[in-house]
Amino acid sequence: MLLQKKNLLWVVALVIALFVPQMITNPAYRQIAVITLIFTACTTSWNMFSGYSGYVALGSAAFYGTGAYTMALVANHMHVPGNGDMFWLVPLGGLAAVLVAIPVGLVALRVRRHTFVVITIAIFFVFQLSAINANFTGGTGGLTLPYVPWQIQNYHLPFYYVALVVLVFAILLSAGVRRSRFGLQLLAIRDDEDRALGLGVKVFQVKLTGFAMSAFTFGMGGALYAMMQGQIYPQFVFDPMFDITIALMAFFGGFGTLLGPIIGGLVLESAQQYLTVTYSNGSLYLILFGVLFLLVILFMPQGIVVFVRDRMAQRQDRLESATKPASTETPVAQGVHS
Amino acid sequence: MTALLKAQGISKAFGGVHALNNCSLSVEKGSITGLIGPNGSGKTTLFNVMTGYVKPDVGTVEFEGKDITNARPDKVFALGVGRTFQLTRIFGRISVLENMLVATQREEGWLRGLTRSMSSKSELDAAMEWLNFVGIARLAKLPAGSLSYGQRKLLELAYVLVADPDVILLDEPAGGVNLTLINEIGQKIRALNELGKTFLIVEHNMEFVMSLCHSVTVMHQGSDLVTGAPADVRSNPLVLDAYLGGSDDDDIIEEIAHG
Repeated sequence: MLLQKKNLLWVVALVIALFVPQMITNPAYRQIAVITLIFTACTTSWNMFSGYSGYVALGSAAFYGTGAYTMALVANHMHVPGNGDMFWLVPLGGLAAVLVAIPVGLVALRVRRHTFVVITIAIFFVFQLSAINANFTGGTGGLTLPYVPWQIQNYHLPFYYVALVVLVFAILLSAGVRRSRFGLQLLAIRDDEDRALGLGVKVFQVKLTGFAMSAFTFGMGGALYAMMQGQIYPQFVFDPMFDITIALMAFFGGFGTLLGPIIGGLVLESAQQYLTVTYSNGSLYLILFGVLFLLVILFMPQGIVVFVRDRMAQRQDRLESATKPASTETPVAQGVHS
Repeated sequence: MTALLKAQGISKAFGGVHALNNCSLSVEKGSITGLIGPNGSGKTTLFNVMTGYVKPDVGTVEFEGKDITNARPDKVFALGVGRTFQLTRIFGRISVLENMLVATQREEGWLRGLTRSMSSKSELDAAMEWLNFVGIARLAKLPAGSLSYGQRKLLELAYVLVADPDVILLDEPAGGVNLTLINEIGQKIRALNELGKTFLIVEHNMEFVMSLCHSVTVMHQGSDLVTGAPADVRSNPLVLDAYLGGSDDDDIIEEIAHG
């Protein structure tokens, strides 16, 4: 019954998401909505690997940028017309990101914890500097994509719905992984990798698969972003702030939970975009995010979702112990999924 | 009887420290074999070599006559060698039942994990059955991190057992556990042994080792010093020397000598 109630909430959320563009007609705000969806999808996907496995990756912008450049380069070289056909290149951007993530993972996943974080950052800068210095990427001037001649008033509508599809894909993937044996193995790796290895978990293959899978969403997000902007620059699609933002959103909502990154992404990314658009000072949000990050780490280190869930469980306990005498028997599990 | 698990001529140095020095150990099929020795004599390192966590510099490890010297831990486990750790290691942030499920896929390909759910009905049943066997089934839904130390020991034993290994290596199963639980663990081991499981046990609790094991090997400074029946080992002067020379712990010598 609980499960059905939960499903109903997801359906309601989806319906609301479908009608958001009808409620928001200002193109500037619609753009915020699209970028928020893209970032929420990326955060969900980031959490599917980093949150479940405990391997905090801070170089995922490399895959986002790969997706963006794939979109730009393929659209230009294949002379894809500037219309809805370009959306077919979005999954291609995701695929390119996966192909790039595999060798990156082969190197980075050999080390753990802090070393892993540092290695991913270093690898990210290799990508950014390559994009700035290579010829085929257009250097610092970036690349211009085929012009999409849609009316400004409704320009963002198709992007919004494609971004929503990407987000739903990321959520379904993350939920599927969480329920699979593979997801259990990622959680086991987070808690004690060597012990998991000693129980037959093929840890390296599992980590690499999770890492590469998460890159798919990043690539799609980057490709969609590139198409919407019509012009990309290396410092914006290979942006070091990208991963900081993603990680903050995941921690804010609830690191390692399914719902947390979605909430974190929706709240923080829309707030950030709104602040950037409303106040011309583009880095105001960084100050607010810094303060917010401190508050979350101090008062809700496990994120909003876990914080609220714990509070609700405590209240439930109090209600139950008030209505009937406390039972010492803990119910035996019927299944794994609660 | 034949040797199920065999280490031969193992040497391993960490920098200048020779943790193992031409050490050999043989675990007979169907036996409970004890491995004792002063602290730092290389018992845990030998465990690590035999389960693939540490690669030896010299020597071979064989399981059922097959060379597994350089196999990785997951491979060794898949073949049927399970182990526990001295410092009990469980997955603290997932539930007790989920801990059990991690170990149930010992022969499964890694891609299979993506396409299947966390557990099948039979795996759940097996997991609950073993939790029941060690007596912590009622804790199945709790996060494993909330278990007491003794309960963690039991969980670690249970999730090694759920994969149905042929031989189980226990690193100090009675360490830091109260007397009642020590006896309980001893009974479980004996019961499992009667069902055909082979055990190799590292333990400092002499009473536990001497009462449980069919054969005992004493290690000293990285080598196997003496192997024999518990009674013979107990009266062997070499063993007393090893403990005398290796540590100043008179209690242990008393314990070995008088049981």
